[in-house]
Amino acid sequence: MSVSTERHVTWRRPEVAPSLLARLFDSKPFLIAICLLPAVGLLLVFLTYPLGLGIWLAFTDTHVGRGGYFVGFENFESLWYDRVFWGAVFYTVFYTGVATVLKFGLGLWLALLLNENLPFKSLLRAIILLPWIVPTVLSAIAFWWMYDAQFSIISYVLVDVLGWRETYIDFLGTPWHARWSLIAANVWRGIPFVAISLLAGLQTISPSLYEAALLDGASSWQRFTRITAPLLMPILAVVLTFSVLFTFTDFQLVYAITRGGPINSTHLMATLAFQRGIPGGQLGEGAAIAVSMIPFLILATMFSYFALARRKWQQGGDDE
Amino acid sequence: MANVHIDNVRKSFGQTAILHGVSVDIADGEFVVLVGPSGCGKSTLLRMIAGLENITAGEISIGGRVVNNVPPKDRDIAMVFQNYALYPHMTVRDNMAFSMKLAKAPAEVIEAEVSRAARILGLGALLDRYPRQLSGGQRQRVAMGRAIVRNPQVFLFDEPLSNLDAKLRVQVRAEIKELHQRLRTTTIYVTHDQIEAMTMADRIVVMQGGHVEQIGAPLELYDRPANIFVAGFIGSPAMNLLPGRLHNGAFHADPDTGAVPEGAAPAGGDGVLWPLPPGGRPAEGQKVTYGFRPEHLRLVSDGIPATIQLIEPTGSETQVVAQAGGRVISGAFRERIAAKVGETIHVLPDPSLAHLFDGGSGQRISA
Repeated sequence: MSVSTERHVTWRRPEVAPSLLARLFDSKPFLIAICLLPAVGLLLVFLTYPLGLGIWLAFTDTHVGRGGYFVGFENFESLWYDRVFWGAVFYTVFYTGVATVLKFGLGLWLALLLNENLPFKSLLRAIILLPWIVPTVLSAIAFWWMYDAQFSIISYVLVDVLGWRETYIDFLGTPWHARWSLIAANVWRGIPFVAISLLAGLQTISPSLYEAALLDGASSWQRFTRITAPLLMPILAVVLTFSVLFTFTDFQLVYAITRGGPINSTHLMATLAFQRGIPGGQLGEGAAIAVSMIPFLILATMFSYFALARRKWQQGGDDE
Repeated sequence: MANVHIDNVRKSFGQTAILHGVSVDIADGEFVVLVGPSGCGKSTLLRMIAGLENITAGEISIGGRVVNNVPPKDRDIAMVFQNYALYPHMTVRDNMAFSMKLAKAPAEVIEAEVSRAARILGLGALLDRYPRQLSGGQRQRVAMGRAIVRNPQVFLFDEPLSNLDAKLRVQVRAEIKELHQRLRTTTIYVTHDQIEAMTMADRIVVMQGGHVEQIGAPLELYDRPANIFVAGFIGSPAMNLLPGRLHNGAFHADPDTGAVPEGAAPAGGDGVLWPLPPGGRPAEGQKVTYGFRPEHLRLVSDGIPATIQLIEPTGSETQVVAQAGGRVISGAFRERIAAKVGETIHVLPDPSLAHLFDGGSGQRISA
């Protein structure tokens, strides 16, 4: 019989009763609750409470420094007969509509350009993003300077360099000039977001689809209308909704450049709400103006909800 | 239908040359497979025929017409892409009808053509589905349907089976071949899979590194590979290729490929003699590569002793990896092998089916 020098040792992992804490962290309901807690807390404190307070204030006659009483729809009734408020509603819709159309037209064009094989592609993409990176107030001041009645570089070029005009343009002094000037500034600022988002969308479209369309005999315009446009539609709807929401609630550009003037012609609902509520002290009325934006915003969100609904061709199995 | 004539075609991207002068003549109605390892330029050549890549030098003509500067849509070709490139937002019907709609064909003609293609491919029940709702094999067939609808002179296939699972691949492979036999349209088919090439092609073009290595019928390539590359590429399991020398009318595998001492024993250190194929004999002492296919290895009682390293029974045959004369060789035997790993069997390649290649150039030494 051979003698083995190795001795077989049996060792078993000892059974340790899990501690209370270990058992607690193994329980799924507890984990769900504890993971949700921070998010729910943040939402309650920074979203639900301010929104609720804003809506409550809209139904009171609160002034700065004086608690108010519930007055029902009184604030909204007075707004109904307020021509400045309706002017702000008109300009908000106009501003949003025109700026969005321009941003999407130019943004899509830029995205299509950037999707081509250009030299210095990544550098160009970085440059395109610049207007979006610069703090709004900073670019607003730059635009304010460019729109100055006396020192505007645009007037200088048109009058003194090119000689196309006799007089300097009073960009911010007359209502319609001011309205278009602000729209131009907003479009300049908003294009990068649209262009980069749509570029991302364009890059999800497989190049072989274009090759297949090329073989099928599609011209470049047909490739755009039959392939690019329908395939870009889902992301276009998302970007459009965000863009509309951002533009509709815009505040900084207008407040920094015109503060709603001249003669309240460029007030957006957001700037008017701030004007009435904080400098004007009428917190209740300001809140009522802000609350009046909610139906418009819900409308835009509904649009996105239905546009975002997966199209029939997106349903079913996965790609490839 | 048309013939395709590829004459000394070159392609370079900037400084990088991809194709170094490729010439292939494809007859009307022929099924030609371009095969080679990835990066050999086969897909580039196909895309040049399609018009998706321009031609750096040389000439491509389809049906006697030089197409170098003809836009893709006017070349009268249809292509099936590797990822199928189905338009995801169109139904199967619209996918197939797209080219005819663009050409503003009358609705009843479109309807007739689409249902003809659907009938050929058995897609009738799927016409109103979207590509996402189809399985891989169905998508593949829709891609073929889109090509058939156009009634092209030439079909181009770019690795159409590589996204399918193994079983489906065999099935669709047969479908494509059957389709070609029915329609008799000139077909150029790109694949990296030599089995696909062997089973489908009328003629195979083996490519490597931007050069054509050999053009020929499948069995011609299998029986008489023109060089070591084709010998190793065609056939599965791959051909055994042993470098060595000729000595006294036999092949001597020569592991260190060093000089054989004058008058040394015929088989040198390993004592193994490999029988030479009949026909013209190269000079004594010449460096050669000796090739034989695993399926041409025979069990012979007085053969070369081989120590088994691995046995892989596939049912229909048994594949064996063994060490013989200091070389690892593989064999495929119809008969069941009783021996176990580590045991020795005696084998000999069928000399009439062995191959000899020049040790330097790798070209076949005519036998």
